[in-house]
Amino acid sequence: MTQIAKTNILNLTEEEFVHPGNRACSGCTLSILYRIGLKALGRDCIFVVPPSCLTVMQGLYPISATQMPVLNGTFASTAAIATGVRAAMKRRGKKTQVVAWAGDGGTADIGIQALSGALERNEDIIYICYDNEAYMNTGVQRSGTTPQGGLTTTTPYDGKKENSKNVPDIVAAHNPAYVATCSASYPLDFHDKLLKAKEIRGLKYIHIQTPCPPGWGCEERMTVKIGKMAIECGLFDLYEIEGDQKKLSEPTAKLLKKDKLRPVEDYLKMQTRFKALSDEQIVNMQQKIDRKWETYRQEFAEE
Amino acid sequence: MSEKLIESGNSAAALAVQLAAAEVIAAYPITPQTPLTEKLSELIAAGEMDAEYVAVESEHSALAVCIGAASAGVRPFTATSSNGLLYMSEQLHWAAGGRLPLVMCVVNRAVGAPWSVWNDHQDAISQRDTGWIQIFAKDHQEIVDMTLKAFRLAELVHIPVMVNYDGYYLSHTYMPFELPDAEAVRAFLPEYDYKHTLSPEHPESLNTVTLPDARNDINGVKQGGYMEIRQNLHLEMRQAMDVWEEIDDDFQQRFGRGGTPILDPYRCEDAEFIIVAMGSMANQFQDVVDRLRESDGLKAGVLALQMYRPFPTARIAEALQAAKVIMVCEKGLSYGNQGALFADLKSALYPYPARPRLHNYIVGLGGREIRTDDLYLEMKQACRQDDQATPEQNDTPQWIGMQL
Amino acid sequence: MTDSRFKILTSASTSGPGDAGRTGSWRVERPVIDYSRCTPAKTGKPSCHLCWMYCPDNVVSKSLEPTIDLEYCKGCGICAEECPVKAIEMVSEEEFIEGGNDE
Repeated sequence: MTQIAKTNILNLTEEEFVHPGNRACSGCTLSILYRIGLKALGRDCIFVVPPSCLTVMQGLYPISATQMPVLNGTFASTAAIATGVRAAMKRRGKKTQVVAWAGDGGTADIGIQALSGALERNEDIIYICYDNEAYMNTGVQRSGTTPQGGLTTTTPYDGKKENSKNVPDIVAAHNPAYVATCSASYPLDFHDKLLKAKEIRGLKYIHIQTPCPPGWGCEERMTVKIGKMAIECGLFDLYEIEGDQKKLSEPTAKLLKKDKLRPVEDYLKMQTRFKALSDEQIVNMQQKIDRKWETYRQEFAEE
Repeated sequence: MSEKLIESGNSAAALAVQLAAAEVIAAYPITPQTPLTEKLSELIAAGEMDAEYVAVESEHSALAVCIGAASAGVRPFTATSSNGLLYMSEQLHWAAGGRLPLVMCVVNRAVGAPWSVWNDHQDAISQRDTGWIQIFAKDHQEIVDMTLKAFRLAELVHIPVMVNYDGYYLSHTYMPFELPDAEAVRAFLPEYDYKHTLSPEHPESLNTVTLPDARNDINGVKQGGYMEIRQNLHLEMRQAMDVWEEIDDDFQQRFGRGGTPILDPYRCEDAEFIIVAMGSMANQFQDVVDRLRESDGLKAGVLALQMYRPFPTARIAEALQAAKVIMVCEKGLSYGNQGALFADLKSALYPYPARPRLHNYIVGLGGREIRTDDLYLEMKQACRQDDQATPEQNDTPQWIGMQL
Repeated sequence: MTDSRFKILTSASTSGPGDAGRTGSWRVERPVIDYSRCTPAKTGKPSCHLCWMYCPDNVVSKSLEPTIDLEYCKGCGICAEECPVKAIEMVSEEEFIEGGNDE
């Protein structure tokens, strides 16, 4: 597997691509992702965006908060529109990166058909899913990636009953060129995975856990810490998949050395959206994480 | 060199698209459009057409791919029928509101439920309010010529164009037609150029949330809100009728065919009784008109409507001023009201001094056979009908060819 | 080539700051930096800059003495939370009202 770059804060470019004074919520981690991600992608890109938080953040006509060419489109068709842009770039002999930025709804629920089609065709695009684990743009309704127990406006008292969809797994089952998971709390990791993705041909899918203060029920200033906690508890893992090789990224890989990770409760209690979880549900959650890490310790023993 | 061929309607459409040098083809197979898609796929795979064929996974995605490609600077094409058109309905609105120069062929077919694979016009009719220009071909030559002219119209006025032709009656039957010379078509069709081509050099954000009110841009200049943009689409759609006539004129000079871009009359010069219809049925009515004249001495004519949207209000009202009775025959309707074409035509006549008596006939739904004998009898009846019928009775659609 | 008689109004936006207006008006507290604790300020060398990286709104400068663009700072407090040496404090906007807050 090709190594990713090792950008640090000092050599991270100062060039900015997103204007301040935009409509993203205060403390929105998508803002962090978008800002740092664009530093990796550069200007030679065309973005495709479905209705989502990013649509609003990007600005209302006639002002755009981004200095990038963006094509907005209908909710279910992000990956298909990106396919069309990609086809045009190919016909025109241009190397412009085509990058789709969609939320969890536009990727895993209403958008999944188009994504599956694009995956099957291995379209040469970068598909970024910023997963804030509910339909945040329309006011926090449950989505396919809302975790079990998550309180949302459509799962208001007992929280979501079902488990969340494992979208990176679904995507990986299509055997695209590259699958990676990222976190808004580790923007440099995201930055470097984008640099790598730019060099790969075929469909590159990046799934990013994106904490959301109003949706998750936490103070705005805590959002980066919450994202880090999700990783330290072993709940959300950073990795890359290329071909049949899976590689854990540093913030997750370093946890292999530990016998015991932080209890998932440390993560859950930081957010009011989990206050309806029963003790039994939390125990089940912990057991699932423990089992997963057992397999990780065996699978990645040599690393 | 132009070529004379005997081929199916679907092949005619595919060959026209090949001549138009569309570069991205994204179509999902659906009866009776399928052979059109297959033909394009074949031409590309055989290296006879320099384009990319994208095997999309649905019609909604097919038009999405075209929207993406058109916005990024390349001429796309798609085709569909029936439920496929309905599935991409939100994209139709998107393409029109986004002022994208797109061309799509719709091989007209009845819509479900219940399932029907056979011809009628409900698919196109149900999308008449989307902001797409809608034209109807009557035969294979028109399929070719209209498709070529459609590309030019769409790209000049930046409004998407839907070229309709009847499923099975045209798509699957074989007729002789002439395919123009490729060089001549290249001279007729300028290079594709979308006004807001996505480009890192001149970045713009297209079709984002647009407020109800007008708002200043970054230079402090007031820009229209949603309503201005939509009004502009409507007004320029109306204006597009003139451009269509200009294109047809130019086409006629280059290729020797045309002259009836919006209304195509047959024996209407002295007609007292005029049948109005769209698509291949209009050609069938020529036999009916001949019979009414020869056997019954009735001065009948048929006016084929080639462009349905924008609706040629003034042109059609004026063309019908001298007639006594109009029989509007259509293969679809606005459920709960009456025939869509009938309602549009009646509304067009309203401001005019002469208001001929109007009749509405619904025929051929779900591919029900439209027998010339049945048409002849009904039309003769309409011509002869005394004025005993109430206005409501005249205004209520009659259905030809029912079997129960 | 479009027909020049057609205006072709399209929702096509061009970029600039302040789409949401002066987002500085959103905040109830603002970050105040203690340069005696701030690492790059103290050492005089480019270092840390976590506040710059984590700011969602690009209002912190990547300078030895970081400054905050108060026109657009939304007051989220991530910079204060992530600062490894606790050099940033979130101070209530009440402290900065001209003429005091007597009402």
